Amino acid sequence: MSDKPRKFKGGVHPEDSKALSASKPVQTAPLLGKYTVIVHQNIGAPPEIVVKKGDLVKKGQLLAKATGFVSVPLHAPTSGTVTAIEKCPGPACVSVPAIEITADGQDEWGSPFEPIADWQNADPAVLKQRVVDAGIVGMGGAGFPSHVKLSPTKPVDTLILNGAECEPYLTADHRLMLEQTEDVLLGAAILARILGLETAVIGVEANKPDAISKLNAFASNYNVTVQTLAVNYPQGAEKQLIYALTGREVPIGGLPMDVGCVVQNVASAVAVADAVIKGHPSIERITTVTGEPVVNPGNWRFRIGTPISKAIELAGGVKVQPAKLLLGGPMMGFAQNSLDVTVMKNTSGILLIPVEQVSQYTSEPCIRCGRCVEACPMDILPATISQAVENERFDWAEQLNVAACIECGSCSYVCPSHRPLNQHFKRAKAEILAAKRKQQKK
Amino acid sequence: MSESETTVVQMPDATKLVVSNSPHIRGGETISKIMVQVFIALMPAAIAAVWFFGLAALEVMVLCVMGCMAVEVLWNKAAKKPSGSWKDGSAALTGLLLAMNLSSGAPWWICILGSLLAIVLGKQLFGGLGYNPFNPALVARVALLIGFPQLMTSWIAPQPGNWLACDALTGATPLAATGKELASISDLFYGNVGGCLGETSALALLLGGAFLLFRRIIKWQIPASFIATVAIITGLAHHVNPELTPPALYHVLAGGLMIGAFFMATDMVTSPMTANGALIFGVGCGVITSVIRVWGGYPEGVSFSILFMNALTPLIDRYTIGKPFGYIRIKKETAQ
Repeated sequence: MSDKPRKFKGGVHPEDSKALSASKPVQTAPLLGKYTVIVHQNIGAPPEIVVKKGDLVKKGQLLAKATGFVSVPLHAPTSGTVTAIEKCPGPACVSVPAIEITADGQDEWGSPFEPIADWQNADPAVLKQRVVDAGIVGMGGAGFPSHVKLSPTKPVDTLILNGAECEPYLTADHRLMLEQTEDVLLGAAILARILGLETAVIGVEANKPDAISKLNAFASNYNVTVQTLAVNYPQGAEKQLIYALTGREVPIGGLPMDVGCVVQNVASAVAVADAVIKGHPSIERITTVTGEPVVNPGNWRFRIGTPISKAIELAGGVKVQPAKLLLGGPMMGFAQNSLDVTVMKNTSGILLIPVEQVSQYTSEPCIRCGRCVEACPMDILPATISQAVENERFDWAEQLNVAACIECGSCSYVCPSHRPLNQHFKRAKAEILAAKRKQQKK
Repeated sequence: MSESETTVVQMPDATKLVVSNSPHIRGGETISKIMVQVFIALMPAAIAAVWFFGLAALEVMVLCVMGCMAVEVLWNKAAKKPSGSWKDGSAALTGLLLAMNLSSGAPWWICILGSLLAIVLGKQLFGGLGYNPFNPALVARVALLIGFPQLMTSWIAPQPGNWLACDALTGATPLAATGKELASISDLFYGNVGGCLGETSALALLLGGAFLLFRRIIKWQIPASFIATVAIITGLAHHVNPELTPPALYHVLAGGLMIGAFFMATDMVTSPMTANGALIFGVGCGVITSVIRVWGGYPEGVSFSILFMNALTPLIDRYTIGKPFGYIRIKKETAQ
């Protein structure tokens, strides 16, 4: 592959604001007295709780078991007592079931898995089962169960590791690639073995040159190629990443395996390496706590179930009242209304946005400037679809391929009329789905 | 935590957090920023107009800009709509574009009537900014042209540098000229010819057009295909019969083609949104302009061609919807 940064069509260039935390080494958050682990942390079916109030648990012990193929198990972040199983604030501003564990301070491992030191000669099926058992999900934000992607029903020839981290502000993957370079590559090699592939390619945006050169220094030992990607949002979106690296277009409504690709986030790859080599389930992750109002922005290794308030406290609190608190990045993250939400497996960032950046806009009429059309990485017509939605013509929206929308928000970002384009598409998709369900019932 | 544990950590107040949909940051582009940039792009042409036609040109421009803004405010009051829309700059821009389409000899009431036609008939009756199918300034120009043909087709001869250039000297538009009366190419390029304020200096309009292209306010497809089409058709016509029409370069530099191609046809609201649509739109404008200029009854056809293509814009948009990312494969696979 050439050294020229790879890119896709469309996209936008928001201020990346990564300097706030990019140079801050990952710190391990101290053990807390209490963790509130949200039960449903994955896309797909929620796992079924297997502990009850009063149970003593060890670190890494199973708390909830998977309920089907697209589901993942959940494990205890530390040793202690299950003190409550009740609803707590969730990431979508609604209460969700959670398991409260009061730590005993011992932080003692149970022995969930046998380490597989000789992974090179291990049966790929055994390795895959380990990914299933360890409860690993897409840690870039989606939370899609990793093992599902490792069971393609079509021939796959390319394994891609997603180290793009194209969302502004976030630096968790950057630090991970820099500080745990060999773990990332090891994870890639294990994933490749599971898929029966010899090699893997890791795509990293050009704004992380230190991570790229460090990866390059070790990559050949693991049969991995490092590819520089153009700095362009949403470079880390699965379909855009595949296109940039292979030139293949994932069909609308299709999956990466339809074009022979499997994409895994770099943090998920490290989780796979930990599960195989150390026998550790997925109970911690690196999260960026950042934003202009934060006193000491940085990157921390949090256990799942850590309240956001604790994370912000570790970062020194805030200098001024932020206007928004987000889980994830500013382009696709979710706004929160509570500090009691806890870190999950897919919490890549805890971002506090200052008032200046959340100036309130009134939406004005579309002036048909076409900026959204240029920015759209999926080549659909955001302005036209948005007008169809305003007229409640969801059939038009469907004809205009609203289903292809990946909700990256690029169109809303560039719109001079501040139209709620992204919201319109989310609504259109929901309405189309509801109409289809209604039809099926008839 | 170290010794400094006593320092109080200030935490965010959760009750003051805003919850809304992503994206949470915006690019900072606004309608008024776009309008201001188009305004800036028109400055070379405006300065050229004052240089060639004196303060009378400035008067026309001020009257039209103020007129359009005043009509916008009054209409919003009368229609009980929010009154702030004059601030977005679109009315002022319509006014300046209207002025560019008038002669420096236009009486004050033509300017005011034009403003009324542009804002009310051209824009507000359709629902205001974003909903008008036709370019408001051109609606006004054509309405005035039909209503006051005499006034709208008599031009002031340019008097470079003469601030107090008066209405006495009238000259024909170079497009109506034939044979030996043809203006020189350099006069056309610099603007030393009779015509509307914005029709004269090709150089000033090119400067403004380049700025708009550089700032990515307009799509290159429209001016490029518009001008190229006019050049090809008039060039061929001239080649076949030099008596029929002046050469291509003359057509490109004379009359309203430059301002039409860079400033009028590129109006976002009334031109296609897709790149391919813009190409079709430009070619269509070029064909109609050339046909009117070479074979039609009017010496100039730019306004008519743009208005005609404005009407076709929804249709062009509908038939130039591209295939989304990942579409081709679906087709291939279902074919298998």
